[in-house]
Amino acid sequence: MKLGFIPLVDSAPLIVAAERGFAAAEGLRLELVRETSWANIRDRVMLGHFDGAHMLGPLPIATTLGIGGHLEVPLIAPFSLGLGGNAITVSEALFKEMQASGAELGAGPAVMAKALKGVVAERQNTSRPPLTVAMVHPFSGHNYELRYWLASAGIDPDHDIRLVVLPPPFMVDALNEGQIDAFCVGEPWNSLAVDRGIGVIIATKSALWRQGPDKVLGLRASFAEDHPDRLYRLIRALHRAAAWAGDPANRSDLASLLAQPAYVGAPPQIIERALGGHMVLRASEPPATIPDFLVFHDHAANFPWQSHALWFYSQMVRWGQIAHSAETADRARRVYRPDLYRTALTTTDADLPNASAKVEGALTEPMPVASRSGRMVLGPDGFFDGLLFDPDDVEGYLRKLGVNVD
Amino acid sequence: MTDAALRILIIDDNALRATVLEEGLREAGLVDVRVITDMRELLRKIVENDPDVIFIDLENPNRDVLEQMFQVSRTVRRPVAMFVDRSDTASIEAAIDAGVSAYIVDGLKKERVKSILDMTISRFNAYSRLREELSRTKQALEDRKIIDKAKGILMRNRNLSEEDAYALLRKTAMNENRRVADVAQGLVTAAKLLG
Repeated sequence: MKLGFIPLVDSAPLIVAAERGFAAAEGLRLELVRETSWANIRDRVMLGHFDGAHMLGPLPIATTLGIGGHLEVPLIAPFSLGLGGNAITVSEALFKEMQASGAELGAGPAVMAKALKGVVAERQNTSRPPLTVAMVHPFSGHNYELRYWLASAGIDPDHDIRLVVLPPPFMVDALNEGQIDAFCVGEPWNSLAVDRGIGVIIATKSALWRQGPDKVLGLRASFAEDHPDRLYRLIRALHRAAAWAGDPANRSDLASLLAQPAYVGAPPQIIERALGGHMVLRASEPPATIPDFLVFHDHAANFPWQSHALWFYSQMVRWGQIAHSAETADRARRVYRPDLYRTALTTTDADLPNASAKVEGALTEPMPVASRSGRMVLGPDGFFDGLLFDPDDVEGYLRKLGVNVD
Repeated sequence: MTDAALRILIIDDNALRATVLEEGLREAGLVDVRVITDMRELLRKIVENDPDVIFIDLENPNRDVLEQMFQVSRTVRRPVAMFVDRSDTASIEAAIDAGVSAYIVDGLKKERVKSILDMTISRFNAYSRLREELSRTKQALEDRKIIDKAKGILMRNRNLSEEDAYALLRKTAMNENRRVADVAQGLVTAAKLLG
C-alpha cells in the first residue's frame, strides 16, 4: 500500500509499521511517500495516488463535506494516529511583552491567554501593527485549538491578530526573521525553535485539551468498500505499531528511526523530548514534564471517536467555514469509522470501548469505562476552561460559545 | 482561444521552470503573466497581484498557504481550486502528474482557462523531460570520460589497441552483468590503489 506522510513526530505509527515489521506481519508492504503539503496529501488520496495518508483530523471531514473550494470526495478516518503532539510557541520578543503583562514560563493556558490579550490591547492602543500568528492549515486541529484559546481571553482571531498559514519547515525561520510572532505546529518544530533560542513554548495541546485528537489515518471511503481486507490488515499493523511507539522501552530506538532524513529529519535528542513529554519550554531551562504531551496508544488513543469528529465540525461552524445543519453534522460524524476499527481488531487482544462517542472534557481523573475487557481507563481529558462538549448537543455547545445556530 | 486579458500568477521557486512556463504563456498571447519565486509574505503578494488564475508547483509546501485563501472572507476576490466537480478528474490527474496545481478566482468560468491549463501542463511535462534528458546527457558524458580513462590504462599496461581495450571492457561487463562504465570505474579505482 502506498501511504503519504508529512515529516512530523506524530507520523510515527506509519513509519514504525513499515520499518519494524508490523506491516509485514500482516502480509502488507508499505511504501511511504514523504509529502510537502497537506493539500498534496489530500489531492493524492482523493485521486487514488495514495491508498491512505497521515492526515490532519479535520481534513477528511472538510473533504467529505466539500468545503474549502475543492472537489467533494467522501473520505474516512478509521484510525487515530494519536492524541496531542503540538504546541504554541511565541518569539522571545513577544514572550517578554507577555511577561510584562503577567505571563510566567510554564503557566497554564488561561494565564497565558490573558497575558496575550494584554499585549494585543496595548498594541491596539498604541497603534502598533497586530501580531501575526501562524498555523499549518485551515482544516487542522491547530487552527481550532489556537482560535479556541485566543477566543477564551476575548481575542478575536479574525480581527485582533493576523492568523496566517505557513508550512511547518518555514515556521522557525519566519519566527527568527520577525515575519511572524507566534505559531502553532506539531513537533519537532516547537522544540527546534526553543533549541535555537528564538522561541518560547507557552502552551501545549495537552494543556489546552488533554488527550485531545490530532492526526488520523485518512483514506477514500471507496477504498474501504473495495479492499476491506487490506484496510483491516493496515489497521491491525498500525495498532501494533502505535503500541510499540508508545512503549517507553522503545523511545530512543524510535527517536533515531524518526531522525533519519527520509522521515522527520531532526536531531534524535530533539525528537525524544516530544516522545517522552519532557519539553524544554525555553532555551537553557530544565525540561518540564508535560502529562500526555503525545499519546500514541494508551487511553484508547487510536480509537476514532465520533465525538472528536463532531468537535472539529463544531469549530468549522463556529469560525464560519460551514453553515450548520443537523444533516451536515451527521455526515461529519460518520467520517470517523469506529465500526471499521472494531471489525479490524476484533480478532486481536485489543481493548475496544463499547461507546463510539463520549462527552469530551467530562473526566477530571482517570476513569474506567465500559469496554470489551472491562479494563479500559480513559482520562483525564479536560479542556483548560472546563467546558464540556456533549456530542449529542452540538447546537447547545455552539450557543454556549456564542454562535448563532438558529 | 485564450483570453489575453487574464492576469496569470506563477508561483514556483524553480526560477527556470517558471520562465519556461512564462514564455509559453506569452507565446500563446497572454500579456499579463507574473511570477513569484520568493515565497516570503506569499499571501500578501498574491493579494497585491490580484490574479485571475494561479499556478503553483506541487513540491511547493506553500500550497497550504493558498488553502487559506479559500477561507479568508475579507479578501474580496477569492481563488478556488480549478476543479470542483467530478467531470474534471482527468484534468486534475494530468495536472498532478505534471506536478502543478491550478486555482481560478471565484466567478471566473472554467472554460475560459481550459487552454491555458492545457498549455501549463504541457510546459511542466516538457520541463521534466528536458531535465531528464539533461541528466541523461550528463551521465553519458561522465560515462565516456571514465571509459576513456580505463581504455588508456588497458592500452598502456596490456599493450592493447583502443578497439581491443574497449572490447575487453565490454566483454567483462557482459560476463559480470554490469554496465561498461561501472567496470571502467572499477578498473580506474583499482589502478589508483595500485599506483
